[in-house]
Amino acid sequence: MSARISRRRDGTFAVDLPEAERELLEALVPQLRELLVDGSDPSLRRLFPTAYADDAERDREYAALTHDDLLSKRLSDLDTLEANARAERLTEEEVMQWMGAVNSLRLVLGTRLDVSEDMDEPDLDSPTAPAFAVYSYLSYLLEHLVAAAG
Amino acid sequence: MVWNDPINLMSYVTFVFQKLFGFNLEKATRLMLDVHEKGRAVVANGAKEKCELDVFRLHEHGLWATMQKDT
Repeated sequence: MSARISRRRDGTFAVDLPEAERELLEALVPQLRELLVDGSDPSLRRLFPTAYADDAERDREYAALTHDDLLSKRLSDLDTLEANARAERLTEEEVMQWMGAVNSLRLVLGTRLDVSEDMDEPDLDSPTAPAFAVYSYLSYLLEHLVAAAG
Repeated sequence: MVWNDPINLMSYVTFVFQKLFGFNLEKATRLMLDVHEKGRAVVANGAKEKCELDVFRLHEHGLWATMQKDT
């Protein structure tokens, strides 16, 4: 695949994304930010996973301890993606934050779409087709980010 | 313990294992495939505090990890 994100000799990363893809990212960020700040949407559950599968009491303690840190990381990743959506160059730290933001978007969208490993793409006239197309694009972008950073 | 999920990409999971635990590509890939094929894999162990930190770091990266006592 031709690299959309590539590591340069000086350690920074070149970003080769068309305008429309950058606009899409800029449009998605505030939507997830709003969900995160509100905090009640069930599709956020994959961003705040259970830590003790068999001990509800301990899991509540863990959640109380970590929720704010996880939330501020998600928000800070989104801020970086939004601030740099037009950038031609990213630092390694910014690439990591792009990855975090893109994966957060995938986790929420994938949860809403109830994605499963053997699912087929929805038909073009299905009501979920546009959201699935965005999900597929985010998967593609994440593959490029991982390939560049790995 | 990391659990399989249908959303996280195999390449991304491998990358996170390498980044967080310093595994080489071969070991990270083997663990990722364990998660993918067997539904779960133990990626780290140790005292409760260390496990809780490892789980937290995996959660930060969007992976679904839990901890439990050895049986």
